[in-house]
Amino acid sequence: MNKKSLVSIADYSKEDILRLIGIAEKFEKNPNRRLLEGKVCATLFFEPSTRTRLSFETAVNRLGGRIIGFSDASTTSSSKGETLKDTIMMVSNYADLIIMRHYLEGAACYASEVTNVPIINAGDGANQHPSQTMLDIYSIFKTQGRLENLEITMVGDLKYGRTVHSLITGMSHFNPVFHFVAPEELKIPDLYKNFCDKKGIKYYEYTDFSDEVINRSDIIYMTRVQRERFTDLMEYEKVKNVYILRNNMLSGSKDNLRILHPLPRVNEIAYDVDCNPKAYYIEQARNGVFARQAIICDVLGIEVK
Amino acid sequence: MEKKKELQVAALENGTAIDHIPADQLFKVVSLLEIEHLKTRVTIGYNLDSKKMGKKGIIKISDKFFEQDEINRISLIAPTVNLNIIRDYEVVEKKQVSLPDEMCGIVKCNNPKCITNNEPMQTRFQVIDKENVTLKCHYCEVKIKKEDIELK
Ligand SMILES: [Zn+2]
Repeated sequence: MNKKSLVSIADYSKEDILRLIGIAEKFEKNPNRRLLEGKVCATLFFEPSTRTRLSFETAVNRLGGRIIGFSDASTTSSSKGETLKDTIMMVSNYADLIIMRHYLEGAACYASEVTNVPIINAGDGANQHPSQTMLDIYSIFKTQGRLENLEITMVGDLKYGRTVHSLITGMSHFNPVFHFVAPEELKIPDLYKNFCDKKGIKYYEYTDFSDEVINRSDIIYMTRVQRERFTDLMEYEKVKNVYILRNNMLSGSKDNLRILHPLPRVNEIAYDVDCNPKAYYIEQARNGVFARQAIICDVLGIEVK
Repeated sequence: MEKKKELQVAALENGTAIDHIPADQLFKVVSLLEIEHLKTRVTIGYNLDSKKMGKKGIIKISDKFFEQDEINRISLIAPTVNLNIIRDYEVVEKKQVSLPDEMCGIVKCNNPKCITNNEPMQTRFQVIDKENVTLKCHYCEVKIKKEDIELK
């Protein structure tokens, strides 16, 4: 991997994360800074993701950079059988930075090995999506005023949810207590429990989404329980309404509690939660632009004053 | 009086004798060490009797001395082999194989959505647990346990 790229949240040390939060704060105060004047950024979306692409392209535009790229691989030469390596090397002739999303796992890592142009991974299959994790961590920092010693509850699909796995990795530097709330079929993999054990991080597992766990939490991180994840549809029918957050469940929660969700949501957060000041998921998405501005400047080695 | 033991494979003047290869892995060992590309004399013994193993394989290669990196390629399939380095008909050194920290191009990633299964490229795995033999794909980060390891 070339040194500057961001492929996985595990590439970041605690100091890196804190530094990026500092930069994101500067962008939040003043998002329009022409730091990418004269630079060309490629957004290569081999798999469509409008939300992520708009967020990155907003970040580049607010930095005064130019954008080339595609938003759907069916319009590119990779659909004609060109290898990823050839596409990346071709684009490397034109761009100063490549932001890429791909349906294959490990694509961004491989891309970073075949070019000297920095790569930002905007999602590789079910594997990594580090800018999402940075915006999650930035949101936690903003709402809590700190990252250390927080009680973080993760709810829903903890087995396949990559945002959950990356958030565990990213927050592991800050002595959290994790509460994992999931149905039996979608509980957190042993791999992540072993990771927590090794790092001396406390965690608890539940199948019930109870008041007890809600009332302890500083952060509730909701994810979607998808029907297609279940091998046993009877099991899905049993649990599909168990992991829905409703406003009346928050009556005994801490004042500083904030509810996060990587979006898009389907029905896992009832609409009556939206008016609750503890709902944070819409502002969370706004933080994505600042977090991505920070990441872009960081990989390009641009100092933000 | 002890009966003179029959020589199972002809003696070697200079080179490497790889002994105690599990018989069912012999031809994989041949292929992983790329023995079919050698130009020197090679003797392969298959299904030979072994007190320890029942049936075993032996490979004797003239004028070839492996680097440790090269022989470690077979550590996944034949961890118990012995290498005898022979000079002038004498064993001058014995070597064992050991799992390397990283394996390139030997193992197939068993994640069908991994980039390595979709691009013309080499696989690369970190050996994250040498005792239980667990590999981690450098690209897609999938972890593969010993019983699920598939060679390319
Ligand atoms: Zn892989």
